[in-house]
Amino acid sequence: MNSVILRAGTRYLAGLLLIFSAYMLLRGHNEPGGGFIGGLIGSTGFVLFAVACGVEDARRALRVQPQNIAMVGLGIALLAGLFAALFGDALFTGQWLFIGATDTEKGLPISTVLAFDIGVYLVVFGSVLTLVFAMEEEI
Amino acid sequence: MSAAAADQPKGNGLTGLAPAIISAALFAWFLTFTPAIGAGESLRYVIDWVPSLGISLSFLLDGLSLTFALLITGIGTLVFLYSNTYLAGHPQFNRFALFLFSFMLAMLGLVLSDNLIGLFVFWELTTITSYLLIGFGHETTKGRRSALQALFVTGAGALALLAGFILLGMSMGSFEMSEILARADDLKAHALYVPILILILAGTFTKSAQFPFHFWLPNAMAAPTPVSAFLHSATMVKAGVYLMARLHPGMSGTDIWMWTLTIFGAVTAVSASIFALRQTDLKQALAYTTLMALGTLTLFLGQESGYAMTAFATFLIVHSLYKAALFLVVGCIDHSTGTREAEVLGGLGRVMPFTAFAAALAAMSMAGFPPFLGFIGKELKYAGALGVASEPLFVVIAVLAANSLMFAVAGVVALRPFWNKPGGEMPVTPHEAPWQMWIGPVILAVLGAFFGLFPDVLQTSLVTPLVASLLGGAEDVKELKLWAGVNMPLILSIITVVAGTVLYLAHRPLRNGLIRADEATPSFDNGWDKFLEGFKAFAAWQTRLIQSGVLRSYMFATFATVLVGLGGTMILRDVGIANPDLTDVTWKNLALTLLIIGGAIVATLTSSRIAAMAALGVVGIAVAMIFIVFSAPDVAITQLLVETLVVVLVAVALLRLPTLDSDGRKWRPVDAILAAGVGAVVTLILLAVLATPLDRRLTSFFELASWPEAYGRNIVNVILVDFRALDTFGEIAVVVIAALSAYALLRTTTKGQGK
Repeated sequence: MNSVILRAGTRYLAGLLLIFSAYMLLRGHNEPGGGFIGGLIGSTGFVLFAVACGVEDARRALRVQPQNIAMVGLGIALLAGLFAALFGDALFTGQWLFIGATDTEKGLPISTVLAFDIGVYLVVFGSVLTLVFAMEEEI
Repeated sequence: MSAAAADQPKGNGLTGLAPAIISAALFAWFLTFTPAIGAGESLRYVIDWVPSLGISLSFLLDGLSLTFALLITGIGTLVFLYSNTYLAGHPQFNRFALFLFSFMLAMLGLVLSDNLIGLFVFWELTTITSYLLIGFGHETTKGRRSALQALFVTGAGALALLAGFILLGMSMGSFEMSEILARADDLKAHALYVPILILILAGTFTKSAQFPFHFWLPNAMAAPTPVSAFLHSATMVKAGVYLMARLHPGMSGTDIWMWTLTIFGAVTAVSASIFALRQTDLKQALAYTTLMALGTLTLFLGQESGYAMTAFATFLIVHSLYKAALFLVVGCIDHSTGTREAEVLGGLGRVMPFTAFAAALAAMSMAGFPPFLGFIGKELKYAGALGVASEPLFVVIAVLAANSLMFAVAGVVALRPFWNKPGGEMPVTPHEAPWQMWIGPVILAVLGAFFGLFPDVLQTSLVTPLVASLLGGAEDVKELKLWAGVNMPLILSIITVVAGTVLYLAHRPLRNGLIRADEATPSFDNGWDKFLEGFKAFAAWQTRLIQSGVLRSYMFATFATVLVGLGGTMILRDVGIANPDLTDVTWKNLALTLLIIGGAIVATLTSSRIAAMAALGVVGIAVAMIFIVFSAPDVAITQLLVETLVVVLVAVALLRLPTLDSDGRKWRPVDAILAAGVGAVVTLILLAVLATPLDRRLTSFFELASWPEAYGRNIVNVILVDFRALDTFGEIAVVVIAALSAYALLRTTTKGQGK
């Protein structure tokens, strides 16, 4: 598609979508959002980029093959699940660490659940882009 | 055979010797149990495997399993030693040793297992290893075909066996055979006794190559000779016999058991011994005599008398000894001369003295001369046959015919190649086989003579415990003795020798007649090919029918199934339907519903792809708005995003296609009825769901547990990433696989079009 307006807008929109997707991913545990939604939003950014500037540019901007991103995501999700084994818990039991927690303050929570959600994000992001890029190149 | 060329084979190093040493150690270990087992004990050893399903690795050592274990490890030792030389320098020897050793362990597991499921697992392991071993010469079509045939026949039988085992275990409430057999009367009186029996016999008859499943065994001779000696005469084909013997205390004594085993055993024994005489290939002749032995063993297992059981036990042991010896002898002949044709071979007695010695002893045991163990076995067979409860005359004639023919075959296999004049030029100048090869047959053949002279040794160590485990006590065990006085069995023995001699002298004309008769009748082997071809044709036909390649017919089939399945169930179950309460319908709900209906109608009627897509997008977004109205923001966001991406994807694909042709848009009443029907059924189901009170147990659990246990307030996400993380993991794995497959598919088509 050859549209100067769309191309100019995409520069900002794609970036905003990526930032927004990270925001959706991180807030997901307490508010609407999460890895799945985040991944979809993030991929929308690159889909828009591909529509406006062509798949070749989009691939170059992504730097890595989208299918690799999906595979890495799957690996992260699996590791997050296996991590529980170190503590003798069942597979995929969430492990939590509260940094700087006091009696009144919860502190900064870090968890395997978040890692798992990041894995989900990358899987969705990578899979959607794998499909869309391949489809667009095919046509 | 490559080994025939090498005059002094060197062996294969560690992989050649280690299996022989391990089997010898196992043999010695099992031998230490003979005093305890001989004293009437039985040992049981249990490891829990899947306790929740009642499956355990439980092992039972009694007279029956000990006899088999000793045969397996003892013959195994000799066979490993033998094959180390027989296949010396074979490029795939390591593979061969692995297959054969795995087989031996599986076979040991089979005869020692007390749990039905455990036994079945080992049973199938022997099937698979046997497949690999028959197909060891996989570069020939014949080898591949024979291996596949054996796998299919025994594998199909094993499926029946598994069904039988499950029925047996369920109806008796236990998968431990020792527990099941202790309640034999319950089993025989059980309503499922006959189905269980039929299914199990289907498994044992295929495994032990009983008529009409016998045809795979002669073909299995495509395997290297040590394999034939070990698997297809002494051990694996006896697995079926073993299982029938193991279940004998619990299942025998009924008419169906007695008649089935008697008739199938007798038919197998007689027909196989006739066909044995027809063969000119020594190995094939031996294969058919193995069938005869299996038939005889089955026949005797149909009975219950002490004589029949003692005959079974003795013949089991004597057959394993002489048949393994003869197979190995044939391997030596093949190795030294390059041929196994009875008509070509001759005059080997002087060149191969040790092999000839072993062959002579083994053959005399097979023919049933005194003082060999074979003679005692034959006397007991006649005594057992005279005492059968079913039809003594029929059984005696069958056994007599089979024995006389065996006598003749023994002569053909072990007399002619060594002492007659050669019938033609042998491919390799004959020479004695290396000692590693003749030692095995010599030991086995000498054992046959030794046990014949000192039957007490065998009686106390193996036969009595074996019969005791079949009959539940040692009271009825008959004595093994060479001279029992002038009685009916002795007279029958004399008739056997006379008839056998006549048959041997006349075997050439007989063979020609048999070959003509055989060629005139349809063979099971060809029938097997026809069956396979028919099966393939059927598969091709039904694939063409179901996989038409037209998307529209797939969709039609899918939705028709949904309509019939769901609608039918609703009618049959008489599902209650709620009276929809329309009072709280707001204008928002109504507007969204109208939007969805309008979108659907436009998508159906429009002739422009882009319009149809946009209409579907409207439907999707309206659905997302319904989620928002009912406050499910996560679902709504996901739905919106997926809709957006789907529209992009479909647009990319569809924009390149031509506009919808008017032909595809014509009025199709069947499709319309189907669509309306599916819509109606789904609506009714939703109304039926509304009719039942909403179960909030899960919802309230997650509401309560989400924050304290998973530190999250968004229940949907907490469920996804914590409570049901394994499910999510499965789903994302599917997403990745789907994406990669689609990618691969798109890439291949692009290349295929040469772009």
